[in-house]
Amino acid sequence: MPEPQLCDISVPGRRGMRYPAVDVPKSELPAGLVREELPLPEISEVDVVRHFTRLSQLNYAIDLGMYPLGSCTMKYNPKVNEDAARLSGFALIHPLQPVDTVQGALALMYELQEMLKEIGGFPAVSLQPAAGAHGELTGVLIIRAYHRDRGDTQRKKILIPDSAHGTNPATSAMAGMEVVQLPSDARGNIDLEALRSHCDERLAGLMLTNPNTLGLFEENILEITEMVHAAGGLVYGDGANMNALLGIARPGDLGIDVLHYNLHKTFSTPHGGGGPGSGPVGVSELLADFLPAPVVTIVEEGDEEIPPLYGYSTPAKSIGRVKAFYGHFGMFVRAYTYIRMYGPDGLRKVSEHAVLNANYLRVLLKDTYRVPYDRVCMHEFVAEGRWADAPDIHALDVAKRLMDFDFHPPTNYFPLIVPEALMIEPTETESKETLDAFAAAMLRIAEEARNNPDILHSAPHQTPVGRLDEVKAAKELVLCCGVSAPAI
Amino acid sequence: MFIPHTEADRAAMLEKIGVQDIQELFEAVPEKFRFPELQLEQAATEMEIMQELDEIASANFSVRDLICFLGAGAYNHYIPSVVDSIIRRGEFYTAYTPYQPEISQGTLQAIFEYQSLITALTGMDVSNASHYDGATAVAEAVNMAYAQFRGKRNKMVLSPGLHPHYRQTVHTYVQGTPVYVVGDRPEELNNGPDGLNKYLDADTALVVVQYPDFLGRVYDFTDLANQVHHAGALLAVAVNPIALGLLKPPGEFGADIVTGEGQPLGIPLSYGGPYLGIFATRQQYVRKMAGRLVGETIDNRGQRAYVLTLTAREQHIRREKATSNICTNQGLIALAATVYMSILGKHGLREVAELCYHKAHYAAKKIAEIPGFSLGSEAPFFHEFGVRCPLPVSEINEHLLEYGILGGYDLGQDYPQLKDHMLLAFTEMNSQEDIDLLVDSLSEMVTEASHA
Repeated sequence: MPEPQLCDISVPGRRGMRYPAVDVPKSELPAGLVREELPLPEISEVDVVRHFTRLSQLNYAIDLGMYPLGSCTMKYNPKVNEDAARLSGFALIHPLQPVDTVQGALALMYELQEMLKEIGGFPAVSLQPAAGAHGELTGVLIIRAYHRDRGDTQRKKILIPDSAHGTNPATSAMAGMEVVQLPSDARGNIDLEALRSHCDERLAGLMLTNPNTLGLFEENILEITEMVHAAGGLVYGDGANMNALLGIARPGDLGIDVLHYNLHKTFSTPHGGGGPGSGPVGVSELLADFLPAPVVTIVEEGDEEIPPLYGYSTPAKSIGRVKAFYGHFGMFVRAYTYIRMYGPDGLRKVSEHAVLNANYLRVLLKDTYRVPYDRVCMHEFVAEGRWADAPDIHALDVAKRLMDFDFHPPTNYFPLIVPEALMIEPTETESKETLDAFAAAMLRIAEEARNNPDILHSAPHQTPVGRLDEVKAAKELVLCCGVSAPAI
Repeated sequence: MFIPHTEADRAAMLEKIGVQDIQELFEAVPEKFRFPELQLEQAATEMEIMQELDEIASANFSVRDLICFLGAGAYNHYIPSVVDSIIRRGEFYTAYTPYQPEISQGTLQAIFEYQSLITALTGMDVSNASHYDGATAVAEAVNMAYAQFRGKRNKMVLSPGLHPHYRQTVHTYVQGTPVYVVGDRPEELNNGPDGLNKYLDADTALVVVQYPDFLGRVYDFTDLANQVHHAGALLAVAVNPIALGLLKPPGEFGADIVTGEGQPLGIPLSYGGPYLGIFATRQQYVRKMAGRLVGETIDNRGQRAYVLTLTAREQHIRREKATSNICTNQGLIALAATVYMSILGKHGLREVAELCYHKAHYAAKKIAEIPGFSLGSEAPFFHEFGVRCPLPVSEINEHLLEYGILGGYDLGQDYPQLKDHMLLAFTEMNSQEDIDLLVDSLSEMVTEASHA
């Protein structure tokens, strides 16, 4: 039975929370500005708790099972992270406190900047961006500001491979740049000839995801970054796939000029059902002066007895502020905890095992699910959910049927260059047994596709709800409780 | 730790793949740069890291250690236990974005309820699933207004009473576009809503005001809304959601967009983030609004169910033609706000708002009685107000800190004419005793200064 909505369980006169009486003389309320009605629900605490607990039980989550979700890196979120971020010295500090009352917070942010610099191979980092797409916007605005600072105002062209995430072109457009799509070659790399043909005096930069969204390491990476640099452009690295590179290669070493990290993918901060993310940006020396303001710096060096004094500074040619305050501090605490618990050798093991797991699954599945770019992959690979002898079956059917086996489906229909794509990223936190069980489910579904296609078409069967009427949702647009709005 | 592989697992997996060792999987990486030695501290165990973090955290003075009268966009409110106990459920916080509705009904219904509560609170028709924070929500309003007029109106008017960080963020966002920003001149801070009329013309796309404004002042924007609409432009109102427990919602003023910083709704201060960007608008603009949106529908078994809808507006479909590049929302934080609004409900939110209001007004009266101090404005205010001080704000704050008080925000940083003006905020967390201590400490300073 569907869970009722809050407005359904509201009963006039019920209370969930009581506050102390006003302990000061009351003042007159502002005439003409007081609202007459506050149409919020009236629910007891027990009912609120049961409502949301029951809702939680309708969700799939990492704590329940594997998410082989390509490009999203759904790894286990350590519980200690949650305790760390809730320490009162972190959770209960105000962003505008004098810096000498929050030296611990600044020290942690400074150290996290240092760690991210080292891991990515960049001389400067800003923690401010709130998510991956926000980091992208920051990065593209930095590229734009760099060219303008040099008088190159005509450099507006941003090259984006056809395999890229949709945020790349959306971000470039939002920053006032012109988007040019680049094709991939037969091995899944960027087509070098196409790239060369766009390397001219209008080139602002290239947005590159490496490993790309096919899960392949860009084999010509050094040639690509050299070519773009020679033409006066800059290379933006989308850090969505950084989980393949920890201690394996540093993007800065490979010629990437600016990169966003996803603390919610690579560094284990939780996805939270769609956010909050955190998307710090690392840049090369050329771009350090353009970072968003403020960045955490050491104001006075310390010595053996006295810790350094931390403060804020504004980079000389900063693009400005990209959000209020300093970024998602609560996520910084979690990422710091994670990096400290792994250390340098552990981080390399993270990526090694992420890649080991992906290749193991690729080999288990590739004879049944066509892998169009079949070479050693990094942390993910892309297979096709289609067969000539099961013409009515689509990737979507495979994805939906997987839910009946208690797995979250892989990312599907992305990247756009692979038909019926199933993009599989197991992450390092899944055991061999789990991978084997996932592969077994996938193989069984492939058999069903031929022998019992209806069970796929009507899947999922074991979930709280079945396939939804998405057309009805978009047409009727019921977007809030008790209100049925007309379609426009 | 979080990598479960045994030696035997690894051997079996490598054999299946057909390679000798894990290193062989990385041959596509240029050898020269392969396997860098990262200069990081060696690994710590859970026990060690918690000790380390305890030490770092204890180097901060929290609002549990200090009495907090600092606001300026982030507020110290009581968070009912229910809120954290719900958002700490693994089923919520370790879930992914609800792209697969069959196994994400919990997240989807929670967002739907968030949308419902935000529309009720703001008096608007539709709310999205949230933006990053109050600042980026305003930037998205600018983005939406730009998209609405398709480049035919490029002027955005920002009130000087809009939070300085919000204004700065808008300037950053629009730097690559034809949009230009006017109105945010500190010296026009006291011109009131009417002061913005002069910026209205055929090129004006949007006017953004704050309610209560950065200085805590409350204005009726009905006339402004009429003027703005007369000029063919849109009005956006950036709100403090707690104030809407008491004050007329912007929907009643005729606002076209309501944005806001949702942090006061049960979100810890957490040194500035993660917070919550509220964004609501009128039905007619829903397709121009950025961000995720959850709609009600039915499943193939005839049950009521929820799904992300109008996704065709978003970047993963429209790519460079999308209104915004926004991808995530603040999922878990929106859930916290939803639980907070549910548990407080109609009566609780009104009570919190009134507690804030009365305490602030009590404090204002007391502080204005101290020789040398006076209120910065005569306008009605909610729970925050500017005070002209006889000494530099930094000196006052240092003194207050000795009494365990976290003083106010130095307004001179953003408004040169408000040198020696302090912005003080009051919430249900401040008892009369706390406020009296603040007043006594300030009085004492004046006495000391006059004797010095």
